[in-house]
Amino acid sequence: MLNKEELIRYNRQIILPDFGIEGQEKLKSSSVLVIGAGGLGIPNLSYLAAAGVGRIGLVEFDEISLSNLQRQVMYKTKQAGESKGKSAVKVIQELNPNVKVEHFETRLDAENALAIIRDFDLVVDGSDNLPTRYLVNDACVLLGKPLVYAAVFRYEGQVSVFNAQRKDGSRGPNYRDLFPTPPPPEMVPSCNEGGVFGALTGIIGAMQANEAIKLLTGLGIRLDGRLFLFDSQYFTTRFLNIKSNPENPLSGENPTITKLIDYEAFCGLSEAKNEADEITVQELHQLIESGNAPFILDVREPYEYVISNLKGLNIPLFELRAEFGRLSQNETIVIHCKSGQRSRKALELLKKEGFLKLRHLKGGILAWQKEIDNSMEIY
Amino acid sequence: MKIEVIAFGIAKDILNGNQVTLEMDEQSSVADVRQALVDLYPAFQGLASLQLAVNADYVNDDYLIKENDEVVLIPPVSGG
Repeated sequence: MLNKEELIRYNRQIILPDFGIEGQEKLKSSSVLVIGAGGLGIPNLSYLAAAGVGRIGLVEFDEISLSNLQRQVMYKTKQAGESKGKSAVKVIQELNPNVKVEHFETRLDAENALAIIRDFDLVVDGSDNLPTRYLVNDACVLLGKPLVYAAVFRYEGQVSVFNAQRKDGSRGPNYRDLFPTPPPPEMVPSCNEGGVFGALTGIIGAMQANEAIKLLTGLGIRLDGRLFLFDSQYFTTRFLNIKSNPENPLSGENPTITKLIDYEAFCGLSEAKNEADEITVQELHQLIESGNAPFILDVREPYEYVISNLKGLNIPLFELRAEFGRLSQNETIVIHCKSGQRSRKALELLKKEGFLKLRHLKGGILAWQKEIDNSMEIY
Repeated sequence: MKIEVIAFGIAKDILNGNQVTLEMDEQSSVADVRQALVDLYPAFQGLASLQLAVNADYVNDDYLIKENDEVVLIPPVSGG
């Protein structure tokens, strides 16, 4: 039952054809788990809380940073360094005190995902990396939860609804029907690496919230079995039909994935955090100063190279697979990028191609600017 | 015959734009388009496992393309 405050608060949607008091009561009795309180998570949290979803869970372990604020419009400049999740929870709690909010201050992983997701009716994925996307998808399929998916890159966004229950009881396609095999890591840049348009995250995240509310209330035609693409740079939109693949290892005719797996390894990132592969800016500086400069490979984009560089050979990460023939296997190669993420992917790529003498620069050119050369331009 | 290739995400970087026209033989399959892309753009090798869509539908590699079909390349993106 809705009280008087709720009837007034939600009036503009209660009076909508097909929504009504019934729709509002459905929302009130439902729960949504939002993965991530970043560019996509924020519009989701805001609109889901404002609309009166009864219980909202948030998985977020990160801190607010200055470079988030260009798109993560819930946070204030003075909050840099504070807990993102705690801040977001406070904002949506003040926005709508009727909503019960839970914060899971942890990284979602194969150990905790099922236990966290189990208690919610629907999941909204606003995560920022490929392993988590497969993890969330698999957990939702194993638990029979609908998943509202979205992802952004530069000026583009993708939205879909996965694993939605259909009238005949069957489930709609999921992420593995769309992307059965993850491409190598260098082909999947994050927002840190590739950049992202701020307002785009608001558009795509709000679309996600809209689909979530439709699913919870049974309203309209859902984005089930369709992938929506929006390219904001060219202002083009496109729908693609996704079919359930009978060979999907998770949801096909003969499933082989019956529990959660190692998603870092699945996405080719297993050897990721090996400290022996790293070289610090101090170590590199010393080598250069002592006349033993290693070969430096800069895997950033050409426009980044123009701003500032360490005089290395510039081969952008995504071209490396086709271009590594330009490198010698005999000398030590120090790979660097802006912050150390792309160089890690480059290192793994070259390792697989048989290179043995490889290091990558911890903290990238940002660390170099901070520790070695303050006069260098950063971006 | 001419077909259009429409690129999203990192595929735009590889094709140097969001759209290119390819000249293909009659009776070419989606697998042939994939090979033509690898030949023209070596970096496309990294996306060789990508499922391709023709017009509005994801199709298998043996699907035969027709004149003026749009082949759509959509690599996964992970940003949030």
